[in-house]
Amino acid sequence: MHTHRVSTAPTQPAGTEVYLDFFSDLRPWRHWTLRVDGSIATLLMYVQPDGGIFDGAELKLNSYDMGVELEFADAVRRIRFEHPEVGCVVIGSGYEGVFCAGANIRALAAATHAHKVNLCKFTNETRLELEEASAGSGLRFLAAVGGACSGGGYELALATDHILLVDDRNTAVSLPEVPLLGVLPGTGGLTRLTDKRHVRRDRADVFATRAEGLRGGVALEWGLVDELAPRTSFDEAVNARAAALTEHSRAAGAFVSDEPAMLEPLDISPTPDGSVIGEFVAMAPDRDRACAEVLISASAHPRWPLRAARELDALLCHLRFNEPELGTVVLLTDGSHASVTAHDRALREPANHAERETALLWRRTLSRLDLTARTLIAAVEPGSCFAGVLAEVALAADRTYLLDGEFVDERPDDAVGMAVRALRGPQSADAVLPTLAMTEISLGSMPMANGLTRLQSRLWGDDAAIAAARDTVGSALDAQAAAEAGLATATPDDLDWDDDLRLAVEERAAFSPDALTAMEANHRFCGPETMATKIFGRLSAWQNWIFIRPNATGPDGALTRYGTGTRPSYATDRV
Amino acid sequence: MSKIDYSERIPNNVGLSEDRRLQRALEGWQPKFARWWDELGPAGFSGNDVYLRTAIDTSSEGWTHFDYVKMPDYRWGIFLSAPKPDRRIGFGESAGRPVWQEVPGEFRSDLRRLIVVQGDTEPASVEQQRHLGHTAPSLYDLRNLFQINVEEGRHLWAMVYLLHAHFGRDGREEAEALLERHSGDPDNPRILNAFNEKTSDWLSFLAFTYFTDRDGKYQLGALAESAFDPLSRTCEFMLREEAHHMFVGATGMGRVAQRTCEVMVENDTDDVRPFGVVDLPTLQKYINFHYAVSLDLFGAEASTNGANFYTAGLKGRFDESAYDDDHVLTSTTFACTEVVDGALATVERPSLQVVNLQLRDSYSDDCEKGLRRWNRLIAEAGVDFELALPHPGFNRAVGVFAPHDITPDGRVVSRAAWEASCGEWLPTDDDRDYITSLMSPVYEPGRMAGWIAPPARGVNTRPVEYDYVRL
Repeated sequence: MHTHRVSTAPTQPAGTEVYLDFFSDLRPWRHWTLRVDGSIATLLMYVQPDGGIFDGAELKLNSYDMGVELEFADAVRRIRFEHPEVGCVVIGSGYEGVFCAGANIRALAAATHAHKVNLCKFTNETRLELEEASAGSGLRFLAAVGGACSGGGYELALATDHILLVDDRNTAVSLPEVPLLGVLPGTGGLTRLTDKRHVRRDRADVFATRAEGLRGGVALEWGLVDELAPRTSFDEAVNARAAALTEHSRAAGAFVSDEPAMLEPLDISPTPDGSVIGEFVAMAPDRDRACAEVLISASAHPRWPLRAARELDALLCHLRFNEPELGTVVLLTDGSHASVTAHDRALREPANHAERETALLWRRTLSRLDLTARTLIAAVEPGSCFAGVLAEVALAADRTYLLDGEFVDERPDDAVGMAVRALRGPQSADAVLPTLAMTEISLGSMPMANGLTRLQSRLWGDDAAIAAARDTVGSALDAQAAAEAGLATATPDDLDWDDDLRLAVEERAAFSPDALTAMEANHRFCGPETMATKIFGRLSAWQNWIFIRPNATGPDGALTRYGTGTRPSYATDRV
Repeated sequence: MSKIDYSERIPNNVGLSEDRRLQRALEGWQPKFARWWDELGPAGFSGNDVYLRTAIDTSSEGWTHFDYVKMPDYRWGIFLSAPKPDRRIGFGESAGRPVWQEVPGEFRSDLRRLIVVQGDTEPASVEQQRHLGHTAPSLYDLRNLFQINVEEGRHLWAMVYLLHAHFGRDGREEAEALLERHSGDPDNPRILNAFNEKTSDWLSFLAFTYFTDRDGKYQLGALAESAFDPLSRTCEFMLREEAHHMFVGATGMGRVAQRTCEVMVENDTDDVRPFGVVDLPTLQKYINFHYAVSLDLFGAEASTNGANFYTAGLKGRFDESAYDDDHVLTSTTFACTEVVDGALATVERPSLQVVNLQLRDSYSDDCEKGLRRWNRLIAEAGVDFELALPHPGFNRAVGVFAPHDITPDGRVVSRAAWEASCGEWLPTDDDRDYITSLMSPVYEPGRMAGWIAPPARGVNTRPVEYDYVRL
């Protein structure tokens, strides 16, 4: 379990299951090299062909699978936290003549549908993180495209601040998904062409159907890249551009003398029954109810914000990839409100590098929670601390249950949430009354993908209710107050609580998971569209639809046939 | 409209004088080609009369029209071999259907890429051989060099014709790009790496014409099987000319070996360098080098592109109809040599995925023939030495062998062991310096440089001592 190179089950028609480890230190990376030279970091993709996570899917030409992608996310995160001196990250290739060929098609074809969808989502989250690091941390990214750059490779470049393409009359950027694979450039490709780079839509149509892509001059003219350089002066051009990008980056900015924040190993090993016990975050699977009970324990210790965010983030990824059948996530917290709100200032108005990056990590982790295709139920019980940044966890949930009063009788062992609480041992005896306590963090520090706060999203369209709820910031809302503010879905008393919660979870397990995923995503992201919501909602939804259509994954589909030398056969009716 | 007499200036059998689209394209391209020839074609000799063959039509007399001509005035023509009535697709999923006279939209990009990659090699070799005229071992060889150069130029025209006639604006742009990439140009190199290597001496040139032009033969042969009939017919005709290039290599390498053997026997020694000829071990090293580089041109053994091209009917195997199989290849396997756990082993792969390897295997068989001729010649001279092709895994940069260190006799060894011995297998700097030291021009009709024997006969029934290039 320690390594992310995992053995695979015999290939099933439905795809090969792989286990991915999100809790271990991935270093030394197999597929990436990082060199930090003053304010410039150079991150080279150097994918080892035999290092794939699917047996038989050789990762040629810098093509990636989830293993490569995990390391990339780790590298980006480490540069952000551990290298405050870096102002510009050059993303390049360790191979001559190849930048990146995108997602490995054989690995994609071998994967289960769920793995495909999750790979796509995770990859999109990491691409968006490049843009978020640029906007939030002032870290600039430069794509040094010195060789073939196709599909997901070009989508990676699209997520950077500046694309520098070698102009050698041969190297092209391309999005060959539609013409070659019968799928979409689903890692933000189509969205960023029009919404980020403002490529004319008729040209986007030509480009995205032209398997061989476009070379230097035309690519520049159409806005597909930002700059061209000849081969012999390519490295110079990269250095010059990286230096220029550094001038307006964080390295030149706010916290000049900051200390790096080192990311210690999480060192969490799931137990044989699948429980996950971290320092601050624990999860117990309830397989009968298809439910994951997640308990976040608060602490006033300064290490809590970073460690807890990392554990929660890793756990969400673990649930997505490795626990596909736990369809509902019950969110619980434990601790005093003060132990959470002690971190408010650092998360809201970070005063140094570590605080800023930690605040942004919370923002991304909460966003990852919003984007997790599981039913989210927050259970606000006595002794819980849905306050400050953890109030956002309650607001992220599809339903928020808040106990009216306190527990009088002893609760049954099989009540929802008891298993994960048992992992932590006895809870504090003098548990306070359950309340929900928003602080100013909920007013804009942790926006969702749609650009709104979770409070706005919850009360969307009712400005009076939003204003009234804002006025409760700073106070702890009990069941009645929370219900009045529109922040509690239900407020059962102790007699009803366990049954109501159990019924909600069991009812959920009986519904179609597909319908639930789709319904929840529709409800969560109300209001305006952003590039992120278009990528996760529109582009990904179309892509996921295509992934299950016979034209892509049927026996004669393009993805199935790719690499076999036999051509796809399409049903020609337009749907 | 332009008043150029197209059929006179550009010999062709494609109806150029009636084809406005083609005329427009060529009017733009031809001056650029002329400029390219001037700047990167053979250095010097542009004012000299050269006894050259010009194809003026595709009849057996027409394509072997010999006369003196100054190279810049050479009439590069556009010829397709005669159409075969009711030609059918010979392989792939559309086998048995009529061939295509127009490019099917769905294969536009693949076909264009195939033509561009092939087209890119033609001017590349002219560029690589640009300075060889100054060190030619005889007028006969000088003439052969120029014949090859003008024909590679014509092969470029042939590919450009296809791009102009069938690929619209994209095709015109690609045709221009063929003149904008240059062999060894660090900024705009040729697409395939073998065509960015230097051909700086005549031994390299002869080995190149033997091994690398033979790759050309097999690539053209595979494209001559194409369902896209204009491509097929174009390549069919190019193959006739390619045969001469390989003849230059086969006879040239043989003449080198023959001359060396003469010196060995005359002086009863293996130590022939003092006598100014190419010692056989060095000849073997040149064979090793050029064979390996040429094998790389076949691409990865297992290739998705190769399989796609085959299934689509775009590119077949050499002499496809001679293969005794279903020509669809979806249900058979092919035995491939690969490195498994540090040793060479046979692995069965789906035949369709290793079309490149099948093409390469036929190439290797063909290469063996020349080796046998040279060895016969060496044996007849009474010398105890055998030239051999190295193992296909030796010194490879592309495909399954690339990560491994394999000796010419087919042993997998460590990187250190390989590097310690590679001077015995590949030309060293000393070897190359020695070969370069032999390269002095001989321009007197009938005379040969000391390191190469005269040819058995001259060109087009002319004597060996004919004034093939008037200096």
